[in-house]
Amino acid sequence: MGATAKATNTITRKKYATIFALIGAALILISIIVAVAAPKDQVYDLWMYILLVGIVTGAYGVFQLLRKEQHSVPVEFSRSNAKTFLTNNAIMIALLALVVFIMIKEPRFMKYQVLLDIMTQASPRLIIALGICFTLLIAGTDLSAGRMVGLAAVLSTSMLQTATYANRFFPNLPALPVIVPILAAVAACVLFGVLNGFLVAKFDMHPFIATLATQVMIYGACSLYFDMPPNNSQPIGGVRPDFTVIGQKKIFQNIGGSTFVGISVLIPIALITCVIIWFVLNKTVFGKNVYAVGGNREAAVVSGVNVFKTIMLIFILAAFLYGIAGVLEAARTAGATNNYGNGYELDAIAACVVGGVSLNGGIGKIGGIVSGVLIFTVIQYGLQFIGVSPMWQQVIKGIIIAVAVAIDMGKYRRR
Amino acid sequence: MGEYVLEMNNITKEFPGVKALDNVSLKVRPGSVHALMGENGAGKSTLMKCLFGIYAEDSGEIILEGKPQKINSSKQALDLGISMIHQELHPIRFRPVMENIWLGRFPKRGPAVDHKAMYEKTKELFKEVDLDVNPKTLAGNLSASTLQLVEIAKAVSYNSKIIIMDEPTSSLTENETAHLFKIIKKLQSEGRAIIYISHKMEEILKISDEVTIMRDGQCVGTWPANELTTDLIISRMVGRDMTNRFPPKEYTPGTDVVFKVDDICSPLPRSFQHVSFEVHRGEIFGIGGLVGAQRTETVEAIFGLRQIVSGTIYKDGKEIKIKSPRDAMKHGFALLTEERRATGIFPTLSVLDNTVIATENEGKLVHHSIINDFARKKAATDSNASMRTKTPSMLEQMQNLSGGNQQKVLIARWLLTDPDILILDEPTRGIDVGAKYEIYTIMHQLIKEGKSVIMISSEMPELLGMSDRVMVMCEGRVTGIVNAGECDSVKVMELATKFM
Repeated sequence: MGATAKATNTITRKKYATIFALIGAALILISIIVAVAAPKDQVYDLWMYILLVGIVTGAYGVFQLLRKEQHSVPVEFSRSNAKTFLTNNAIMIALLALVVFIMIKEPRFMKYQVLLDIMTQASPRLIIALGICFTLLIAGTDLSAGRMVGLAAVLSTSMLQTATYANRFFPNLPALPVIVPILAAVAACVLFGVLNGFLVAKFDMHPFIATLATQVMIYGACSLYFDMPPNNSQPIGGVRPDFTVIGQKKIFQNIGGSTFVGISVLIPIALITCVIIWFVLNKTVFGKNVYAVGGNREAAVVSGVNVFKTIMLIFILAAFLYGIAGVLEAARTAGATNNYGNGYELDAIAACVVGGVSLNGGIGKIGGIVSGVLIFTVIQYGLQFIGVSPMWQQVIKGIIIAVAVAIDMGKYRRR
Repeated sequence: MGEYVLEMNNITKEFPGVKALDNVSLKVRPGSVHALMGENGAGKSTLMKCLFGIYAEDSGEIILEGKPQKINSSKQALDLGISMIHQELHPIRFRPVMENIWLGRFPKRGPAVDHKAMYEKTKELFKEVDLDVNPKTLAGNLSASTLQLVEIAKAVSYNSKIIIMDEPTSSLTENETAHLFKIIKKLQSEGRAIIYISHKMEEILKISDEVTIMRDGQCVGTWPANELTTDLIISRMVGRDMTNRFPPKEYTPGTDVVFKVDDICSPLPRSFQHVSFEVHRGEIFGIGGLVGAQRTETVEAIFGLRQIVSGTIYKDGKEIKIKSPRDAMKHGFALLTEERRATGIFPTLSVLDNTVIATENEGKLVHHSIINDFARKKAATDSNASMRTKTPSMLEQMQNLSGGNQQKVLIARWLLTDPDILILDEPTRGIDVGAKYEIYTIMHQLIKEGKSVIMISSEMPELLGMSDRVMVMCEGRVTGIVNAGECDSVKVMELATKFM
């Protein structure tokens, strides 16, 4: 125990961990009581959320208890520690407060279907955000993300319409295997990714300008394609069911009787993408080089990093992910127009930044990006749920970006 | 007003780990040119920055025209009648010259900037200093030497009583220097004092009235210029004992040449030209010279960071081509750069990542581009242990380490690549004495293992104390290669100033 710390403010780590474990256990108990006793038509699936919080709290406590060597380290409750905690977790706390507020105002928000809905909506956005985070990590940006999503959506759906549909994009196209148009759509995005990377790596162009140029080009090219006769800019419809299934299929619909709505296949797809990207970023030389180029480009050159190759790969990988997201969006909505994906890049950048990715490069974690995307989706869904007008939603979203980043910058400001 | 327009008494300034100024005093008479001399790092610029309000002195007093002053900002210094021409120019390149000159004090008519008045005032000013430049030319379109003259005009425009000139002639031709001297004489006749920092002996002896010599952050003394000679200045600048600052050397270098540079030239005419030298196995090869002698540029070109238009490089007798640092690393080179912050560290990454990055990019410690957590951690821990790096953990962010420890991590990074030839550019700059000694020990360790070290150093004792042979450069050319044992600092300084 520190000599200067007041005894009343300090407890041992063992005690601290025990308290957490006990709170967790209590919450789990409460959740069981709620599940059994509380009226289902008033609190819906509240027990599930309490259980979740209980498990997380309890697990944290148990984990701390298991680390025996840490037991003697005292935990101090002081003003500065509280401040650090609040700064580091401000976004999560705000999110929690918002969720509780919405639940009180509109108890139907407690239904587990809502949670699944939010996660489904967040999935394609997460894939886009994971792509864009690479470009942010090298202190760049990618303005072409949204248009690439649109391009992939238009390309894939245009070649995957049912034979009986009246306004077919290619009236005489035979039924292709589903994978062919998907690959074509992703390949087209990757091609523009190569262009992005080349402009940035070869000519040292700022990614803002390079991707702005590409964005405009993609939209133009996509519109030209979309306007080809006989389609003439008609929204693409009549998409084949064997394609839409990759965006609409629900899995696990059979477990627990017939009442379970099932989990959208988009959720596991996003999760797997997350794991892969986490691996690339943390466990490969390429990932380490991304952080290095973002942290200090000159030093990376001196250290033998192939900066050209790294930047090229970044934009190619990002474009690949946008392509996947575009295909998934098209499948989910069973259609596409040339305006698909407009502005998605700004949402993705905002989510990354709120999730702690630094626009100065070199700083950012996958976990942060996931929470950033979730926060935005919850806010949008939640506000809609309690009937806040879309205009107010925009205002609130803007405020959240500004406040979140201001708090985040405080972490890195050195005095 | 007393005898002096400016008195700086017993100024002390400490940076973390370094005493940059130790009880320095400087007294300047009105209407005189007062030269300030000393080796690189002797504290001249630091002293001037204290006077100009960029640094705050820890103790000591500044008396301006008899009144003690505390100078907290450059703006205050300018208001008090002190202006400074900096060694490095930072013009706003895409704005006209006149806006660069009057920035922060634009002539105004109402709330608007009065461009016409600004133009007229600039014209008048240029006439005063006899400079033929259109005030509306963009600053970026002027040559370095013209910009230097514009900067001098700007200093004059403040109507200051004291003008500090930090190496004003470093980018000037002979004619322009003569022009500058005319301006100085004119300013002097108006009763203004000039503090003149330069390495060029002849200039100093020609233009100055008094000379103050500094060494290691201390004042050696002040003499009237007519009592001094070039030799006297040099001996007073470098004269110090050199005992026990370096670990004893227990190894004599081999005679076989491992690395040879033959007549390499930069595409830039003012950069290195016709540089040739050989490095033996197990040798510490020093490169000496003054700032601007193009030593850094030379080694950076060898490491593939700059272009070479002609000449050849041989490694182990075979001619090699190096186009990028990756090529250089493949041939067994490693380069510790001069600017630790700009081109060395990754401030936001961990000590671990900082240590292994070069090795991993050579394809070691990894399997099919996937990193091996265990191997990289062990390698980084071992390498940093051999350097005795002090860090709370391998996962600590690099920016939280002290300068000396950052430098050790960078050396650990290069040792891990197992280089044959380690190039160290100012390896001990800005780090404390203890860490310096440890770095020297590591250098001896390396040559014992049969490796070769090339070391650029601006610290004369370090250069002569550590090297086996020393190559001296001046203005981009080699002025001599000498055996460190048979040579003293005076000889090196003569070679370093050969073309000045």
